[in-house]
Amino acid sequence: MASRFEYAPAPESRDIARLRPSYQIFVNGRFRDGSGEAVKTINPADETPLAEIVEAGRSDVDDAVRAARRAFGPWSRLPGRERGKYLFRIARAIQERGRELAVLESLDNGKPIRESRDVDVPTAAAHFFYYAGWADKLGYAGFGPDPQPIGVAGQIIPWNFPLLMAAWKIAPALACGNTVVLKPAETTPLTALVLAEIIAEADLPPGVVNILAGGPDIGQAIVEHAGVDKIAFTGSTDVGKIIQRSLAGSGRRLSLELGGKAANIVFDDAPIDQAVEGIVNGIFFNQGQVCCAGSRLLVQESVADELISSLQRRLGTLRVGDPLDKNTDVGAINSAAQLARIRELTDAGVAEGATRWSPPCALPERGYWFAPTVFTGVSQAHRIAREEIFGPVLSVLTFRTPSEAVDKANNTPYGLSAGVWTEKGSRILSMASRLRAGVVWANTFNRFDPSSPFGGYKESGFGREGGRHGLEAYLAH
Amino acid sequence: MPTDSKSGAAGKAGAGEARLRVRKTYKLYLGGAFPRSESGRSYPVSSARGTLLAHAAQASRKDVRDAVVAARKAFGGWSGATAYNRGQVLYRVAELLDGRREQFAAEVQAAEGGTARAAAAQVAAAIDRWVYYAGWADKYAQVAGGTNPVAGPYFNFSLPEPTGVVAIVAPQDSSLLGLVSVLAPALTTGNTTVVLAAQDRPLPAVSLTEVLATSDVPGGVVNLLTGFTAELAPWLASHRDVNAIDLTGVPPAERAALEIAAADNVKRVYVPRSVDWSTDPGLSRLDAFVETKTVWHPIGV
Repeated sequence: MASRFEYAPAPESRDIARLRPSYQIFVNGRFRDGSGEAVKTINPADETPLAEIVEAGRSDVDDAVRAARRAFGPWSRLPGRERGKYLFRIARAIQERGRELAVLESLDNGKPIRESRDVDVPTAAAHFFYYAGWADKLGYAGFGPDPQPIGVAGQIIPWNFPLLMAAWKIAPALACGNTVVLKPAETTPLTALVLAEIIAEADLPPGVVNILAGGPDIGQAIVEHAGVDKIAFTGSTDVGKIIQRSLAGSGRRLSLELGGKAANIVFDDAPIDQAVEGIVNGIFFNQGQVCCAGSRLLVQESVADELISSLQRRLGTLRVGDPLDKNTDVGAINSAAQLARIRELTDAGVAEGATRWSPPCALPERGYWFAPTVFTGVSQAHRIAREEIFGPVLSVLTFRTPSEAVDKANNTPYGLSAGVWTEKGSRILSMASRLRAGVVWANTFNRFDPSSPFGGYKESGFGREGGRHGLEAYLAH
Repeated sequence: MPTDSKSGAAGKAGAGEARLRVRKTYKLYLGGAFPRSESGRSYPVSSARGTLLAHAAQASRKDVRDAVVAARKAFGGWSGATAYNRGQVLYRVAELLDGRREQFAAEVQAAEGGTARAAAAQVAAAIDRWVYYAGWADKYAQVAGGTNPVAGPYFNFSLPEPTGVVAIVAPQDSSLLGLVSVLAPALTTGNTTVVLAAQDRPLPAVSLTEVLATSDVPGGVVNLLTGFTAELAPWLASHRDVNAIDLTGVPPAERAALEIAAADNVKRVYVPRSVDWSTDPGLSRLDAFVETKTVWHPIGV
């Protein structure tokens, strides 16, 4: 196979990213050096520094919250159709600068350019476009005739989809008339800061959006700030619990989008080739660094051998390497710390008796790399079946009956997503109704759309992002 | 509470002796049964005027755990029932409550004081609220759910589903209308519940469980504990198999500790913004204890 389909490298040009030596935080409509430390953001594919960011300090959090508070009155009183026009401008500017943003995202995050170009950036623009149109229609959204914004929203987003998560958070908040203080993740601040440029170019009033680069201490300062009326957090369940405790008794609102350990369930009548593609997409999209990743494969016992050998054959064709190469399927792990966590959990998988397999693939010598990995012989008690790994690691379990599949799929504190593969329509609908998860993909996986609500049950958090439901987190009703 | 002596009626008993009234024993309601607290404890409940009405069961931590187990066990059946069926069952609660209006009016007046007319009005409003929520059961999914116009060849729809086991600290002031206003919406959307009755006014709540028990609400769907809020609420807030908690009946100063405990399993916490039970309840309490599930399927031939 490999000799017949040898691809020449097809690298995207770095120059398109217009990478600058340094980036600043964005407070009250102005770019400025933060009062925190100057840090370098690293290209995870080769460990070289990309740019310097002078991060926010605690005083910048105060300034940003104050600016957001000042801006809130006029912004919330602006007619919805005018607010909407700003959001339409942002959506269009993201599209215009799409290629630049895609390259920058792949440089900073390590994800393949194929994904940043085809998924992250267009979906980010689509979110602004979708919520722009809600701004003057909120009275029709089903949250009472005259829903009101909440105030200043503190928003903390993860490193796996830096630009897309910023769009998910900012667009509905602004459409509803809130102002925001957003903190991108420590390892991936660049596209959010370019989004700040786009927001400045859109002539958004100063203070409506403030973007602070920084680490967990800045996130904590935003969460604990008395001037913030609402916190929206996407990240790990552990940190979500800390935030929930920290807001206790304050009356401030909270929405959480946390971890997952999704079951991808394949029945014996499933279209095997399509299921294999879905499994690959489910766990190797964005190197498996996806909260809704299909990290537990549940296969009906009678087709397990056939499916696993098809899957292994398919994994042999995955191209792991340079994120900027347009042929790359699997890029770099985002950080050294994340790579260490993936290694710890996969080592535990071996130690607890599961069988580990990876396709033969040469990994680059520098950078943070982890080969696509499949564990078979996994039991429900294994750590690799219980804990979120957030990496390209699939755990395979088997089942015999639909009820057993439901029991195993639901046997987790998480409840974010699930997949079902079968040609039988009645079984799809029955499984979909019995799975305790916020998103169920049937005969597909990892689909997102701005008009479609996304979010979890149980310890995967509360609240929904996207769609009409996504407005609720930013409206008092 | 009907008063003890009804001399006219007693006189008709014939033998010339006043009939001794059969006093009611107020117990817990767990899994469809009426046990005493496993702790063997009880506490005196007084009327608004300060006279002793009865001894109510003082539930324990073990009773809390038993109630959660019963609610979890009942969840599959209740959440899996058709919306039409849930609406029928909730409507039947209103029917039976309507048939016992005088009893509840007397209990409410004894618990809360005020005029007989005010108590009767509260009972009537509570009955109407059951009817209101009964009518929502088979409509809420149409209002809160729907199809989403995604940009791709997929059929995609979202629908509300019950959150699971909901713990409810009932309002302390409104012993029947307030209780019904917090309980009925959680049931309408298919949740099962563990309710802590108002600590000092628990008797209308206990009588309500007798109505629930005879109105086709399956055992375990509502579990009612009487006792001390400060003793019991923390165990509900920290319980890993409780999915959501309604803090309506918890004084604001005591909510923070429960919210902290609730974070252990990322419980949904409901803190009310408005507590005027006489106003239109709207959708907020129906929205409070549902999850939105979105299902995707490719479109093709």
